[in-house]
Amino acid sequence: MTMIKSSMAGNLWKLLVQPGDTVEAGQEVAILESMKMEIPIEAETAGTVKNVMKAEGEFVNEGDDLVELE
Amino acid sequence: MLKKVLIANRGEIACRVVRACQKLNMKTVAVYSEADKDAMHVQMADEAYLIGPPPVQQSYLRIEKIIQVAKDAKVDAIHPGYGLLSENAKFAKECQKEGIIFIGPSPEVIETMGDKVAARQTMKEAGLPVIPGTENGTEDVETLVRQAETIGYPVMLKAAAGGGGIGMERAANEAELRKVFEGNKKRAESFFGNGTLYLEKLIENARHIEIQILADEYGNVVHLGERDCSVQRRNQKVIEESPSPFMSEATRHKMGKAAVQAAKHMGYTNAGTMEFLVDPDENFYFLEMNTRLQVEHPVTEEVTGVDIVEWQLRIASGERIPFSQDDIAMSGHALEARIYAEDPNTFFPSPGTISALSVPEGKGLRHECGVTSGSTVTPYYDPMIAKFIVSKATRKETIAAMKTALREYRVEGIKTNIPMLLDVLSHDQFQQGKATISFVSEYLQKEKTEK
Repeated sequence: MTMIKSSMAGNLWKLLVQPGDTVEAGQEVAILESMKMEIPIEAETAGTVKNVMKAEGEFVNEGDDLVELE
Repeated sequence: MLKKVLIANRGEIACRVVRACQKLNMKTVAVYSEADKDAMHVQMADEAYLIGPPPVQQSYLRIEKIIQVAKDAKVDAIHPGYGLLSENAKFAKECQKEGIIFIGPSPEVIETMGDKVAARQTMKEAGLPVIPGTENGTEDVETLVRQAETIGYPVMLKAAAGGGGIGMERAANEAELRKVFEGNKKRAESFFGNGTLYLEKLIENARHIEIQILADEYGNVVHLGERDCSVQRRNQKVIEESPSPFMSEATRHKMGKAAVQAAKHMGYTNAGTMEFLVDPDENFYFLEMNTRLQVEHPVTEEVTGVDIVEWQLRIASGERIPFSQDDIAMSGHALEARIYAEDPNTFFPSPGTISALSVPEGKGLRHECGVTSGSTVTPYYDPMIAKFIVSKATRKETIAAMKTALREYRVEGIKTNIPMLLDVLSHDQFQQGKATISFVSEYLQKEKTEK
C-alpha cells in the first residue's frame, strides 16, 4: 500500500482517478492549484486506486494524503 | 482632486497605490481577505475592511461587497491595480452606477479591448497593424489550407474557443498543417467543446514590445515610450526593460505615434498599454491592449521621470495632462526583475513564511514590495512577492548593478527565482540585447536539462 501525498499547499483543482482505477508510475493522479499555477501530482509507483482521500475543491496542505494505492 | 480612494487589490501594487495617494494627500482605504489580515497594504492604508475568506472569488473578486465598502467608507474613487477586477467591465460599470470614479478607462473601452476579436477589429480600424490571420474560424481543412496560402507559412493553428496555450499548433507547410489539423481539432473539441479552428501567421524570432499611454479626459494623449518584455516563461514576464535594446529610434517613433492614434480613435482615458510583437525587421503587430496599470510600469517611470500612478489619480480627478509629447524624453536605462516565490529549478510555487528579508539599497535601486520579514506567502494568490528595479546611465551598467544587487538580495524561508534571474542577466544573448520571446525556453531551459 502506498499513499500519494500532496507536494504543496493549494486547492485540489482536479482529481484524475477513482477507486478501482489502475495507475502507472509517473501517471498524473491529481492537479493542484497553488498561486495561480497548476501543479500535477504524479504516482511514484504503479498500483490500483483503493481510496481517494480528498474531494475536488478542497484545500490541502503540504504532506496531506491524496490517493491511496494498493 | 480626489479626497479618498479605495484600493481594490493586495500585495506590492496596493502598497504602491497607497504611496501615490499619500503623495497627493488623498486618504486611502484597503480591503483584505482573511489570509491578508496582517498584510502590508492593510497596515499602510488609513482604513481597512475585511471582505471575505482567502480565495479570490470570495474576497477580492466580490464586486458587490467591494462597492458596499466603498460606499460605507465614503470614497470618491476606486483604484483596481492590476489583475483581479482591473479589467472587469462589469465592475467599472457598477462603480459608475454608484457614482464612484473607477480609475481607468470607460466600461465600454474595457469591454471592447477584453474581447479578442473586437479588439483586433478596433485596432485595425485605428490603423494599427495586426497579426495576419483569418477573421472567421472553420472546421474544414481544405479551407484552412487555402487560407494558409494567402497568409503565408509558417502559421499557428489555433482553437477559436481556446486559451492558455491549449489547442495551438505550429505548421511550417501544407503537409504539416494537414498533419496537425486532426489532432488539434479533437483537442479543441474535448477541451472547449468546439472544434472551430483559425489561422494566424507565426511571427518568428519576435520580441514583445509594448507602448505605455497616458490619456486625459479632454482628448490629450501621450506615450511614454516602450518596454521590452521579451524575457518570458510560459507567457509570464520575468525581466522587463526600457528602452528596448533592439528597436531603432524610427520604429519607436512610429509605434508610439500609432499607439497614440489608436488611443484617440477609441476614446481611451487614463493609463493603458498596447502590446506588440516585433519581428527582426522591426515590423510590429498589435497583440492586445491592457486597460490598466501594468506590473512593469516602474521601468517607464525611471527613464521618463513621469509617475504613472500619480497621473492615473490626477487624470481621474479631472486634471489635464500639462505636458506634450515633445516634453517627454527618455534618458538612461531601467531594468525590472520580478521576484517570484517559486523553486528556481522546478518552477513550482513555494509558499511559506519569510523568515528573513534583506534588500540591497542605493542610488538607482528601487524596490516595490508587499511583504516583509515575518510575512506569510500563502498559496491563494499570485507568486510574485516583489519587483526589483535598477536604473543607471547605460544598459551595461544597469545589468551589472542588478546582478550585484540580486546577489545581495536575501530571502529566507521560501524559495525564489533569483538564481534564474541571475542566469538571464549573465547570459550572452541577453547581454547583447538579442533575447526574443523564446529566449527562456530556447536557452535557459535547454541548458539546464543538458547539465
